[in-house]
Amino acid sequence: MKIRDNKAWFFVLPALLVMGINAFVPFITVINYSVLDIFRGLPAIWVGLENYQVVLGDNLFRGAVVRQVQFSFLILLIQIPLGVAIALALPKKGWTATASLVALGFPLLIPYNIVGIIWRVFTRADLGLVPLIFNFFGYEYNLAQNSVDAYWTVVAMDVWHWTSLVVLLAYAGLNAIPDAYYQAAEIDGASPWRTFLYVTLPRLRSVLTIAVLLRFMDSFRIYTEVFLLTGGGPGTSTTFLSDVLVRKAVISFDIGYSAAMSLIYFYFILIISYIFFLVLTSIGTGDSNQPPSG
Amino acid sequence: MAKIELVNVSHSYTPGEYAVRDINLIWDDAVSSALLGPSGCGKTTLLKIISGLLQPTEGDVLLNGQRVNELRPKERNIAQVFQFPVVYETLNIFNNLAFPLRNRGYPESIVKERVREIAELLELTDQLKVNANSLSAAEKQLVSLGRGVIREDLSAILLDEPLTVIDPHQKWQLRRKLKQLQQRFEITMIYVTHDQHEALTFADQVTVMDTGIALQTGSPQDLHNRPEAPFVGYFIGSPGMNIFPASLNENQVQAGDFCYELVSDLVNQVNGQDLKIGIRPEFVEISQAKDSTGLECIVDAVHLTGTSKILDLVGAGLKFKARVDETANINAADTVRAIFPTEKTMIYQNDRLLAPVQQEILL
Amino acid sequence: MTRKRSIWVTLALIAYFVFLALPLLWMLSMSFKTNTEILTTRSLIPQTFTFDNYMEILTTPEWRNSFLVSLTYVGINMIITLVVSLPAAYAFSRYSFLGDNHLFFWLLTNRMAPGAVFLLPYFQLYSAINLFDTPYAVALAHTLFSIPLAIWILEGFMSGIPKAIDETAYVDGYSFFAFFRKIFMPLIGPGIGVAAFFSFLFSWVELLMARTLTGTVAKPISVTLSRSLGAEGWDWGVIAAAGVLMIIPGAILIYFVRNYLAKGFALGRV
Repeated sequence: MKIRDNKAWFFVLPALLVMGINAFVPFITVINYSVLDIFRGLPAIWVGLENYQVVLGDNLFRGAVVRQVQFSFLILLIQIPLGVAIALALPKKGWTATASLVALGFPLLIPYNIVGIIWRVFTRADLGLVPLIFNFFGYEYNLAQNSVDAYWTVVAMDVWHWTSLVVLLAYAGLNAIPDAYYQAAEIDGASPWRTFLYVTLPRLRSVLTIAVLLRFMDSFRIYTEVFLLTGGGPGTSTTFLSDVLVRKAVISFDIGYSAAMSLIYFYFILIISYIFFLVLTSIGTGDSNQPPSG
Repeated sequence: MAKIELVNVSHSYTPGEYAVRDINLIWDDAVSSALLGPSGCGKTTLLKIISGLLQPTEGDVLLNGQRVNELRPKERNIAQVFQFPVVYETLNIFNNLAFPLRNRGYPESIVKERVREIAELLELTDQLKVNANSLSAAEKQLVSLGRGVIREDLSAILLDEPLTVIDPHQKWQLRRKLKQLQQRFEITMIYVTHDQHEALTFADQVTVMDTGIALQTGSPQDLHNRPEAPFVGYFIGSPGMNIFPASLNENQVQAGDFCYELVSDLVNQVNGQDLKIGIRPEFVEISQAKDSTGLECIVDAVHLTGTSKILDLVGAGLKFKARVDETANINAADTVRAIFPTEKTMIYQNDRLLAPVQQEILL
Repeated sequence: MTRKRSIWVTLALIAYFVFLALPLLWMLSMSFKTNTEILTTRSLIPQTFTFDNYMEILTTPEWRNSFLVSLTYVGINMIITLVVSLPAAYAFSRYSFLGDNHLFFWLLTNRMAPGAVFLLPYFQLYSAINLFDTPYAVALAHTLFSIPLAIWILEGFMSGIPKAIDETAYVDGYSFFAFFRKIFMPLIGPGIGVAAFFSFLFSWVELLMARTLTGTVAKPISVTLSRSLGAEGWDWGVIAAAGVLMIIPGAILIYFVRNYLAKGFALGRV
């Protein structure tokens, strides 16, 4: 069990120092902005929660929230099991393992704008491979005009782009499980499925928590790839929250309004993440209120 | 119930390098035994071969006379307790204990009954609902043990240094439990360790191993009084046996000034190769009387162990240790006389015991 | 564990890698085509194979410089992150202290904010301390999300190592630093590998802050890239070539940490 020792703060201090300057102070600044009405050249006026009210009443914003929540949950539903399954299937050592790991890194390392651009060409009705494949199976694929096509293409693009992250985390996590656990399960007569359920999954818990939280946060803030692939359309079918935030901030150039929206956005992520965090770290241990541990 | 036999078993992880070699051992039903040896001697490998987690590259593993090399661990009805406590962290103690039975499809009523029975034996009854992850290391090992003995068809339990991470004051409790369970269920227990104290107090039959070879199997007394290899003598006992290189003069073996005549049937076996003589410090007889028989030597240092004194002695051309009672009034720089009594002095050739000495000649 | 791998599993794995490979191959082929060809013909193999796109990147000082800049700030970020996160993660893993749970979660919240939230404050901060338009500004700004992630990942792996190992080491006479370096770090190898790679990765692909906090001297790749997204239309070929080249440093990193990612010590082996 953990030792109670407040001197452990010293270990944490370097990290805190950096984070304090980088995170805490700027954050307070933003909160400050969100309750002000700021126009170029004029002194700032306190407007209380008015900015927040305007944001929450906006239809575009609301539509995007719903769309965004759906999208993120869909992403999690696909990427987490898929990532774990692939990690389980990967070779554990040898050149095939190395080759697989390196190959998995490729999609992750491409800047988001290039990802968007590549997929744009990849799915263009006249130039891309995707429409060709669909036409072969008899389906008229059209990204620019069909909302369903657009939405699922965005999903496919995200799966292509980010599943590797889950795979790498799960793979590392799997390799950190001592052999003795598997040996004990074998001696206890556990089937492969039960071994997975009672040995593998529990020991992957910390890694999976990170994967879920990361993918949730990042998919909730997705912007560049989608913008370059579909521009948010057709219509608003692929307009997610980041898009709305950027549009309003750029168009209206209203700092107070943007700050308020940023914060609402942030609280959304915060609350849902916290719920995930609580749920995932207390499954099965009967020990809640603990940071994830292996 | 099971009799376990290893016949000509050898195993190499990499071609050319043997982890264990030419192992021929038998464990009778219900025996409590230990595999003792330093790190890397191959005892864990042997354990894995017995349990079925590893298939030997050569030789046969027999359970009750039947060759089981190809059988998986769960088909061998063997349980294993590991060095680091292994429990199913998302399950409570009840479900942990029930796990092996449920996997084999036992009806729930029987499961409940067996779990309660085992839990009581392990003194864990009031913790059945507790999640396994929050237990102490010793309790987790008990649960591991429980998962092993709960199976009625159990042949043997193999323990791989199970006390490694247990707090010292809980070690003896765990050992007591182990012994209790072993006797009650009459299970063959094979206990792997590098700690001779653990092995000698727990087991009735001890096998000493070194560099992949099983040197000797016997009761703790046998190993103590009649070590069949210098390494066994040296490894067991604290301090271990004194061992000296010896030379052959016709029918006499000599180490330092200690000289022994070989009886006739031994003379033929001795070829002078790699001769050694060994005697345990506790068997060396020390006398302070000036007129006693024995060779003169000087006490270099005296170590107190609490119940006795260990003397570092120099003399008769040798350096050796002797153990005397703590009340003996012997101090450093004293001169004493040492005798190596005949039946306790061993002659080794090529690291195998020839015989204890039967006749001594004083020069 | 010797489990026979079913043929289906291998097929599924191959199918996934084909899925991964297709857009990459497309990008690769684009990088060897001229812009005209990209915009007019659909073909996997370039009809007029050209190295021009790569040449433009490799010979233009601006491109080379920005690669260097990006590598620099990513490298600095990685170092700061690992150095600071290892002790912090150890503390979270082995000790409980006042406010530890809240601190732990707060760390991660810093990764949740949309980048736009911190843009303006960072701009002001780094201008004020004269780090604006240097790789250091970007490196430090990136620690905002690097450090929390590294701490979370490392903590998870550290908690998988039984405390008994720490204690056994002390009994055997190791000092804390010797224990940490020789025993502990190899055991959490996979965690370090993943943490290092993710620090690299998220810093490497981050665009917003990299662009905002730099001017003319320390221009990262993302800015140079946006030149290719000019008003006359996109320089598709160059963009694709840039994409290919961007993969290389990260791929090299994975190659080097592969041993970390692979199986660590099997506990229980004597």
